[in-house]
Amino acid sequence: MKDLLILGAGTAGTMMANKLIRHLNKKEWKITIVDKDENHYYQPGFLFVPFGIYQPHEIVKKKSEFIPAGAHFILDEVKNILGEENKVELKSGKVLTYDILIIATGVEPVPEETEGLKGDLWYKDIFDFYSFEGAVKLSEKLRTWEGGKLVIQLNESIIKCPVAPLEFTFLADSFFQERGMRDKVNITYVTPLSGAFTKPKATAMLNGLLEEKQVSVVPDFYVQHVDNERKVLVSYDEREVPFDLLVTVPVNKGDRMIAASELGDDDGLNFVPTDKHTLQSKKFANMFVIGDATNVPASKAGSVAHFEADILLENILHYIKGEPLRAQFDGHSNCFIETGHGKAALIDFNYTTEPLPGKFPIPVVGPMELLKVNRLNHYGKLMFRWVYWHMLLTGIKLPVPTHMSMAGKVTA
Amino acid sequence: METMTLSKPIETDANGYLKDPNQWTPELAHEIANSLHITLTDKHFEVLNWLRTKHAEGVALSIRKVGNSGIVDIKQFYQLFPGGPLKNAAKIAGIPKPVSCI
Repeated sequence: MKDLLILGAGTAGTMMANKLIRHLNKKEWKITIVDKDENHYYQPGFLFVPFGIYQPHEIVKKKSEFIPAGAHFILDEVKNILGEENKVELKSGKVLTYDILIIATGVEPVPEETEGLKGDLWYKDIFDFYSFEGAVKLSEKLRTWEGGKLVIQLNESIIKCPVAPLEFTFLADSFFQERGMRDKVNITYVTPLSGAFTKPKATAMLNGLLEEKQVSVVPDFYVQHVDNERKVLVSYDEREVPFDLLVTVPVNKGDRMIAASELGDDDGLNFVPTDKHTLQSKKFANMFVIGDATNVPASKAGSVAHFEADILLENILHYIKGEPLRAQFDGHSNCFIETGHGKAALIDFNYTTEPLPGKFPIPVVGPMELLKVNRLNHYGKLMFRWVYWHMLLTGIKLPVPTHMSMAGKVTA
Repeated sequence: METMTLSKPIETDANGYLKDPNQWTPELAHEIANSLHITLTDKHFEVLNWLRTKHAEGVALSIRKVGNSGIVDIKQFYQLFPGGPLKNAAKIAGIPKPVSCI
């Protein structure tokens, strides 16, 4: 009996368990999946909780519901991976051995990385919404907030779901307008990148939204510290942005056990060096990495994990047969961008092709429009929650190609 | 197609970033740096080489990663490449502009 061990039962790990169980011979392979948290959060829903669009209970289910029958689920924390010995140590003291390991431990927001972020104002006037707790606390704050300077700010450019802060900004504009207090709120978007939009076609198509919604953008602003007393953000080049309410995206890091296992990149952010096409670890042939945990230059997002899962399944089957890892991930990503007032845009891109306008063909549902703000895209985003729980996690093939397709896209 | 008006024509994107990192030379780096009013020292080149190596390995780059590289901390990175350090350093290193997904 051989062991296939998956670390992390989030979006990526759960999908892999469900896909692999259908393809591996049960008499030959035992599949085990480990996670420290019994709850599975529908993370795209974190965006909607602060505005009361989703209630907290609507985005949480038990992880065990999505682990396939026949796979072993262990609720425990991973302490250390011993790659040379093909072993994993758990916090409880238990030691697991493996023939193939899949690392799917994701990333976590680490506010402690930025001086003063998790200080006196944390969860009083400074909130994150990339955690369940932060999203819930922020919804309580927004219910009673009387207005002032709202600042949405990114501490780093490599973050989970890079469009979510922009979506939050657009939804905040709608939210305050609906409450009849938009004139009492100043909205500023602060980013370490060169702008809120950084790719040419997306900038051309969507940049007008910022002006339309009266959002000021402060680009190239990398926060050095947060002055809690004066309520200002201070950058490394000593510029300042004042705030009354700060909605922050903390620095994202991979699981700390990656560092303990000496498997992280040499830059200390605990992302695992991974071949960007095959998804094999660069250190061990029988170790694979998927989703947010990798260091590949794709977005850290569920759709990326979903496309990677198809590639990884193929490559693991190749690996077992001793064949070359022929499946190649192209960096495909696809997502809806909420723009407020019941509308959204859709983007589709990969490592080499930027988001382009045009049509995105979906069988049965019909084509959706790319880089265009409309109601259908918003309904697509809302419908996706059902698709996520009932199809995506359980490994059912969605009617979207694994590799990005140019069909319908307009390049000129 | 944009080109740079340097000592030899090099293909760049609309923002002046090299289309092909293999066309990069240290001399070209000096020329791009001059256009950004930056005079390159050995320390600059240490950072540029680190960025080029990481990019060739297929790694996503960020300011914090450079700050943890062991070559410079973030403050020094800002001093070497003022304004937007990663976007300026990437331009001089001949690698693509650091971008988000849109």
